[in-house]
Amino acid sequence: MEDKKPIIKVENFTAAFGDNVVIDNISFDVYEGERFIVLGGSGCGKSVLMKHIIGLYKPASGRILIDGDDIHLADEEQQLEILKKIGVAYQSGALFGSMTVLENVRLPLEEFTDLSPQFAEEVARMKINLVGLTGSEHKLPSEISGGMKKRVAVARAMILDPKILFFDEPGAGLDPITSVELDDLILNLSENLNITFVVVTHELMSIYKIANRVIMLDKRVKKIVAEGDPHDLKDNSDNPWVKQFFNRESETSN
Amino acid sequence: MSALKTPDSELFIKSSSPELLELQVIGSLDPITVENIWNKTETQIKKVNPKVVNVDSSRITYADTPGINYFIRLRDLSSKMGFSYELINLTPEYQKLVDLFDKYVYEKKPEETINEDFVTGIGKATAESLDSSYESITFVGEVMLGFFRYFTNPSKIRFKDILVTSEKLGVNAIFIIALVNFLVGLVIAFQSAIPLSQYGGTIFVADLLVLSVFKELGPLMTAIVVNGRSSSAFAAEIGTMKVNEEIDALTTMGINKIRFLVMPKFIATLVMLPILTIFGILFAMLGGLVVMISLGFPPITYLNQITMAATYVDLLAGLFKTIFFALIIAGVGCLEGLRTKSGATAVGDSTTKAVVKGIILIVVVDGIFGVVYYYLGV
Repeated sequence: MEDKKPIIKVENFTAAFGDNVVIDNISFDVYEGERFIVLGGSGCGKSVLMKHIIGLYKPASGRILIDGDDIHLADEEQQLEILKKIGVAYQSGALFGSMTVLENVRLPLEEFTDLSPQFAEEVARMKINLVGLTGSEHKLPSEISGGMKKRVAVARAMILDPKILFFDEPGAGLDPITSVELDDLILNLSENLNITFVVVTHELMSIYKIANRVIMLDKRVKKIVAEGDPHDLKDNSDNPWVKQFFNRESETSN
Repeated sequence: MSALKTPDSELFIKSSSPELLELQVIGSLDPITVENIWNKTETQIKKVNPKVVNVDSSRITYADTPGINYFIRLRDLSSKMGFSYELINLTPEYQKLVDLFDKYVYEKKPEETINEDFVTGIGKATAESLDSSYESITFVGEVMLGFFRYFTNPSKIRFKDILVTSEKLGVNAIFIIALVNFLVGLVIAFQSAIPLSQYGGTIFVADLLVLSVFKELGPLMTAIVVNGRSSSAFAAEIGTMKVNEEIDALTTMGINKIRFLVMPKFIATLVMLPILTIFGILFAMLGGLVVMISLGFPPITYLNQITMAATYVDLLAGLFKTIFFALIIAGVGCLEGLRTKSGATAVGDSTTKAVVKGIILIVVVDGIFGVVYYYLGV
């Protein structure tokens, strides 16, 4: 993090569905190689923000640059180039139910490279190894647990060696141990492969463990209410709501 | 680290002897180049069969995961052929990646090949079809119980669901039912008018239409169209609910899935199919009317001929069949929906099965009725 080179730039970004403004005019940068967490209470627009960054929704105003390119202004070919730089692991995995783990992970290689089937399979197996799932290659998504599905989703998301990996709610619906294992996986990948992680979550344990930097959204003001190191925010934030969040207090308790 | 577009990589052989093979990789190891480089490396190693292989890696400009697989393959080949190898001056960045993946040894386990002999195959197929018959019989029993409970406890009937299903299945289908039957009537009338006119009996087109449409084609065409529209919809709806665990939710709430989901569809189909069939017959007759008018008959002549030819027995014999067609349409659709396994493809499979099985059963039952009616003299 010595040379802080922004890889994602969000500038004056507003998200709205019709008249319903979800996020109102926010700006922030994500730097290369960091583990960046978007957090906030339920319904604050965390996932909406992520879906805008990866290009699924169009911003109501403002712009989002990934590695210098605006995905919403790019033509189809440029969009593909930008999409190859990012990988997305969805909340419930979004694995294709009719394909085995190996086929799911190998799919982008088949679609985007000319590797021979044997070679592509080896590369897919390398990634499956990396997420610790060797032995489950020929299982169907319906035959593996929720934590394993998320691992497969990570393996598939990074099969083309993206620079940025988005991860929506890694801990949602998982037991604490599996959740910690996923956090370890994120740390391991981020340290060894120099991938920038953008993680959407509200699980405090994960946040303290993996985050370099967080931004916090609040649905009442629809803006970023805090930015920085989570340990720092816990003790030193002057916003009472932020302090409450990091210290796990309910609103009625004070 | 962005993938290079041009395959600008090369493998150089610096020295080659049975003792020492010195290779150098220059350029990028990416999905485009790596296989070519590896094939050359492998050929060279197999040709020379050296004791030591040195790969000068100082000029590798880029390597991603497929690129790193080059080194993993080299490692595996070395243990297979028994040579030692060294990567010289590999950039620390890539060395780190090699180490990361090097930890993992993946022996390719032979896949569990299911060696099934012929007899096992027959046994399995028999067991499966027995299972599926068991399911079908249970389903029929549950539905009959459902009907029984409807009559003993009418307050539990979900009229709103029945109305909604009736609208989708019946009202919204009228146009297509009318169109199909109109064309059937038109075509039959037109085709039969030609030979009948040779005997001066063109007016008997009306009798022929009554005979074929009331008892046979009206109910059959209508049932096949409704089967295609609604049986598939039932299977998809219930199948998607099954995939989303909504059926499980019903079960744990103590709500009987047959009463809640299946019965409204049965009732709606049983009520709407005869009505649609009557519409269908009417429009088939209109199709005949168009032909007769174009042949120069006044409409009243056609109408009189029809009223003379048609009996209530014809109509009721046709409508009686639709009860069975309705049971097939609702039953097959719902049963296939409930049998859905997991995943989006499974819903598609169920829908296909529902339509195909529905059509087969409808045609078979129609055939049986043909024989029965013949012997009964209806």
